[in-house]
This record gives sequence, structure tokens and C-alpha cells, in this order.
Amino acid sequence: MDSEFIVGIDLGTTNSALAYCDSAAALEGARIEVATIPQVVNPNEVADRTLLPSFLYIPGDMDFPKGSLSLPWDAEPKFVIGELARKRGAESPGRLVASAKSWLSYAGANRTAPILPWQAPEEVSKLSPVEVSSQYLQYLRTIWDAHHVAGGKGHALAKQDVFLTVPASFDEEARELTRRAAEQAGLQRVTLLEEPQAAFYAWLESQGDSWRKRVKVGDLVLVCDVGGGTTDFSLITVSEENGDLALKRVAVGEHILLGGDNMDLALARLLQQKLEVEGRRIDPYQLQGLWHQCRSAKEYLFEHTKSQKQDVTLLGKGRKLVGGTIKTELLRQELNRILVEGFFPKVASGEMPARQRRIGFQELGLPYAADAAVTKHLARFLSQQVQNNPESANIRRGRGGLACPTHVLFNGGVMKADMLRERLVEVLNSWLTEEGFETLGPQNVLDAPDLEHAVARGAAYYGRARRGQGVRIRSGASRTYYIGIESAMPAVPGMEAPLKALCVVPFGMEEGTEAIMPDREFGLVVGEPAEFRFLSSTIRKQDRVGDLLENWGSEIEELSPLDVTLTLAGQQGTVLPVRLESRVTEIGTLELWCASRDGANRWKLELNIREKSGQ
Amino acid sequence: MIGFSTRLSFAFRCFFSLLFEGKIPQDIVRVLTTSNAEVEPVAARAAPQAQAQKVAGDKLMPESADRAVQMLALLQRDGRLVDFLQEDVSSYPDGQLGAAVRSIHISCRQALDRYMKLEPIFSSEEDHPVTVPVGFDPAAIKLVGNVAGEPPIRGLLRHRGWRVAAVTLPSMPLGSGRAIVAPAEVEIP
Repeated sequence: MDSEFIVGIDLGTTNSALAYCDSAAALEGARIEVATIPQVVNPNEVADRTLLPSFLYIPGDMDFPKGSLSLPWDAEPKFVIGELARKRGAESPGRLVASAKSWLSYAGANRTAPILPWQAPEEVSKLSPVEVSSQYLQYLRTIWDAHHVAGGKGHALAKQDVFLTVPASFDEEARELTRRAAEQAGLQRVTLLEEPQAAFYAWLESQGDSWRKRVKVGDLVLVCDVGGGTTDFSLITVSEENGDLALKRVAVGEHILLGGDNMDLALARLLQQKLEVEGRRIDPYQLQGLWHQCRSAKEYLFEHTKSQKQDVTLLGKGRKLVGGTIKTELLRQELNRILVEGFFPKVASGEMPARQRRIGFQELGLPYAADAAVTKHLARFLSQQVQNNPESANIRRGRGGLACPTHVLFNGGVMKADMLRERLVEVLNSWLTEEGFETLGPQNVLDAPDLEHAVARGAAYYGRARRGQGVRIRSGASRTYYIGIESAMPAVPGMEAPLKALCVVPFGMEEGTEAIMPDREFGLVVGEPAEFRFLSSTIRKQDRVGDLLENWGSEIEELSPLDVTLTLAGQQGTVLPVRLESRVTEIGTLELWCASRDGANRWKLELNIREKSGQ
Repeated sequence: MIGFSTRLSFAFRCFFSLLFEGKIPQDIVRVLTTSNAEVEPVAARAAPQAQAQKVAGDKLMPESADRAVQMLALLQRDGRLVDFLQEDVSSYPDGQLGAAVRSIHISCRQALDRYMKLEPIFSSEEDHPVTVPVGFDPAAIKLVGNVAGEPPIRGLLRHRGWRVAAVTLPSMPLGSGRAIVAPAEVEIP
């Protein structure tokens, strides 16, 4: 049965948002609304916001006066979530969880173990990245229920169709963990959707039917999403199907931990250096203030293109307010040098980002991008993602083989700045010229309105589209997935038996389709747990179902193993031949099943996510 | 002549002093009376504002010093207003004072916008003719100059006045927190 509401949730790295529409009203094309999210913004002060900063603070007894955190629905919340968490975390970072989502996608850490706040003092009881994500969702659920359940309306969020967005670059593990977080938060009807697609849906929503006039068959749209903490790229093709335009997401980029926060911090560091040259000392607390002020100064300069500088003032601490005031300024020249040239340099399409150096005893923490140049990451995306792509016939490519977009859709807070958009288009145009195409003009830049809420709105639009009220983007598996098979070779001391990879889900395998590996059977013992090694690749797009590979170099990486225990009444201990089946479901999940030879019995393989050794 | 920033500081202090204690700080009176005619304008400008706000405030909330402390605490938290008023600024050059004031002005103004909706009593331009209606409230409109005759009266608007349209203060801190304008900060190394 269809739910009363269609809900889109953008669970962002730095901000989350919720949008919804009434599904009955949706039939008449009702507006998608952005929900207000009341939150503690200062001790004793609850205010309405439309964004929930994705920050969680674990308060101790000494943090806040008693009762000052109380929310209308919870007198003594265990955690502070939202604006106050972010503010307080700047003063006391040891108790703050930030970027939980980036941890969710980082296989180097044990993501279901309580590891956050990272490097917190011992007495702080920690949470796992999954639990933190779940807390944000639970918070949204509580607010929703306060509005929509009270008064006998009974439209609990648990019962609504929820469309939850994830970065396109999330692998199956990170998606699975996101699903678990939603499940722990009590959301029962969750569908995952890739963020760049959601941004595109938001654009479709804003265009109504006229989107068909903006793009035509053969076009290629680059979605460039640079948020607070991450950068995400996707390519969407426009083709024709049954006389109508059809959209398909054909490529997604790698997970790049690079975003607006890095940019503001780079500006703050620059001003810190300037002040230190003048003989001022800036302590970590003041650096926070500087960071905040730099963000405002940056936004001012982006908005007022005639101004050459903006003052940055740090008031003195304690009672020496005026006496301790430090004043400096952010020059436009510096803004250009650091942001435009530093993060969006003019590069050739062949310039790839510097790779992370692997140091023996690398400090464990998030794997931030080693190269800050967004344009270089884009160059790699456009040159690598089309290689061996099964859709390559529909992707416009130039002389040098580079994917050449005909349109760009920007998303994320960073891309609000015209200067940065213009620079990105300028760099892209230099590549297009080189590849033998016309350059992009303003008409080729698609504008999603309201960038802060676009992803949540787009997710709600997608929910509506699934009920037949709108256009859908077809998409499939964003990676190729394999089962590892250890070769039957005599053991050689000191060497691992070579691993072969059996392709079970090819890149682009479409939603709602199944694949069977008919030629290969596995003998599994009924009643005993069996483990399959599970691998994936973002590079090998040419492999088909059933292909068996050896020697793939660094093109395939191993994920957590898949577990299954065959249960069959009265067959304990017998060896049963099974074959593998894979399925990409309508709700964006990937499933692997073992099926008995006669097809009468099936068992689902479950991802057993745990910490990987040797990372 | 006293510098602009000192005048600004005095104006603020007079405003709050009048609002909460009903008198002008003695040190300001001393400074101003020595530079003769300046006591009058400062007091005259500060008084009607304080009065207007007080009257409106009484309507909106019960007489309570706690709320006054809270407003002060909010202006301090967001705009460092109390730190500024309590600091002896006489020795600083105008440039440094100006840099600080600019920042304080922005943040205090934001805090004021957030917690108190202010509106002018007359919306027309200052120095333009206005009509004082029949049955006007002398608390809201103060007549100066040649005050005679019967309303409606025409006159020149010299000050648009301010009225509090809405107060949206957050809930009160508990217990002893009500007397705190700014907590002491202790950094644990």
C-alpha cells in the first residue's frame, strides 16, 4: 500500500534536510515542502531551522547547566544534535562527532564499533558511525512524528516511504551501513538514492515539463556536487525511448573527501599566517573564530564582485575586548589565489590528482583527498569513467577519449559561488575545445534552485516519480561486484592461494533485474556457516556476469565477506550443490542468493561488515 | 568635543542604566557636564526610547528583572555588549575602537533582530510633516515645541520612535542561571 506521504531525506556530511509531499495531493502536482527542524541552538534556546547540522555532541555532567538542553519532546536528551552541537564542539572538540558519514564509507575503520568521537577522552562513551547516522535519522523521525502523529493523524515516519540519499560513490558496504542506520532509527520503508541524481531530480522539479526543451537526445549532463565535506561527480545521458526522452545515470566518481570546509580552513590558515607575521599569536580557539569569519568574508566577496577586500575582525578574549581586538582583511587577490587557483586551477584534461602517499605507520583517521584540486579530480573522472563503459556508445567523447558533457548541473554549497562555477566551466571549455567540441555557454548550465535543500527535495520528487508522477532516471549498479574463489592449487608455504574473481553483478546492471550464474555450483554444508569473499571494482566496467578473472592488479578491491548458513529441515550436515543468483532491487539494494539446483530453496547472503586488516 | 565612539559607548550605557536603574551613570554625568551643553541631548534622546520600550515591555511580559538580565545576557553572548560597555576604552585610538565597534554592532543588531521585533511608531520620513491623530497616546508620541491646540495636529516628524512589536526571547535558564550575564570561561589544558 502506498504511504500517505513521500519523504526525501538528505543525510549530509555537514547538514541534513527533510522534504516531503502529501502523496494524495501529489497527484495534482502539489509542491514539495521543506520541513522545519527545531533544534537547540543555544542552551535554553530551541529554534526552527530548515537544516540540521550533522553534528552530535556527547555532553558530560560539566558541559551545560541542568535543563538547558531540553527539547519540547525530550526534557533531558542524551546527545546534543544540530546547531548547538556544532558550536559547542568548536569549544570542546573531544566530545564532538563530525563527518560521521565519511566514516561510514571508510573501510579502514571498524564502522560498527564505537569509535566516535575519534580520539575522544576515555570517559566519553563512544558511538559507531552507524549509530551516529541513526541518531540523526531518529532525530528527524521524532520531529516528524511530533507533527504528523499527534492529533490522531497517525502518519508516523516509520510508515512513510522514505527516500534517503547517499553519495553516488558509496560502495555496497557503505550503502548497507546506511540502510542499517535507517533501520535502527525505526524507518521501515527506505529506498536509497544517489545524491547527484537527487540534485538532478530537483532541477527536473523546478523545470516542470519544460526540461524537455533544455536537453535533447545525445546530450550528456555532468552533475558536479561539491558540498561541505565531499565532492561527488556523476554523468547522466539523454536518449530516446518510445519516442520520449529517457535519462540514464551512466557513471559515478570516486569518493573524494574534499569540500567547502577545507576551503574555509585554507583561508583561515592564510589569515593566521598573515597575523603571525605581524607578531600576533592565534590560539586554536581564535582559529575557530577566524574560520567562521573567513566564511562570511568569502561569501561577501563572492557576492560583491566589485569589492577588493573584506575586513576580518577577531574581538579580544575576556574583558579586554577592544584592547585585544585583532583586525586583518581578506583580499580578493588572496581569495582568488587560494580558492580559485588552489582548488579550481586551470589544468589540462590529462592532469591527474596526486595520489595519497602510503606511509607505513599512517595515522588512522579519515582519508582526506591528498590533492585539493577539484578540477584534477574532475579530469580523472571524465577520462576514466568512460573507459570500458557499457554505455560508451551513448556518451559523447572527444578526440582524446575524454567524456565531453553538453551540460553541467551544479550542486552543493560551494558551487553557489558564481566565480567558482565560472572557473569550472572555463576549465571544462578548454578541454572541450581540445577535444574538438563547442564550448558551453550559460544555457548549458542547469540551475537547481535552493541548493541547500535541493537533494532532499529531489529525493521527494524521485519518490513521486516512482509513483508515476514525473520522469525517472534509469540507473544501475555503480560498480562491478565479484565473488572471490580460491583456486584449487597445492598450497605453497608462505604464499596465499591465488584468488579468482567471478563477476556476479556487472557495472550498470539495472534496477529490478536478476542474473544467474548457471555454470558454476558450490557445495555448501547445510547447517554450517559459509563465507564468500566479496570484491568490487570502480574501474572494470567491461566484465560480464559469469566472467572469471585472474591478475587484476589494483583494479579490484576486496570488501567485507558475505555470510550464509543453509537451513533445510532434516538435512543437517549434508553437502548441497547451490548456484549463485544476483539481483539489483527496485529500492536500490543489491542482493546475492544461493539457490538449490531445483530452485525450490533460496538463501540470502548477508554482508558481514567488519574491520579489514592491513589497511 | 568627545569622540564618536565614546559618545556611542555613553549612549549605550545611559540607555541600559535608564532602562534597568532609572538613572544616568554618575561618571557620564560628570564628563558631560564639564563639556557643558551635552547632557541634555544625550539624556533627551535616550529617555523616550527607554520609556517607549518599557511601556511596550510591560504589556508583553510580567514585570521581571530576569527577562532584562536575559536580554543583556543574549546581547553579551552574541555581541559581547557587556564586555564592551565595561571596558575602559578611553585610551584606544579611534581606529581600533572602530574595528571592534563594527563587529559588535553587526552581532548585537543580529541578536536584537532575532529576539525583539522593533518597529518605528511613525513610518514616514523624518523631517516630513505628519498628523498627530485624535486620542493619541502621549507615551507613544511626544510633542515638542509649541505644544497647543487640539488634535489632529500637524507637525514635523523629528524622530520616528521605536515600539516593540514582538518579543521572542528563549526560555529562561533555571535557578541561579538567571543572574548570569556571561559565564566565566576556564580552559582545561
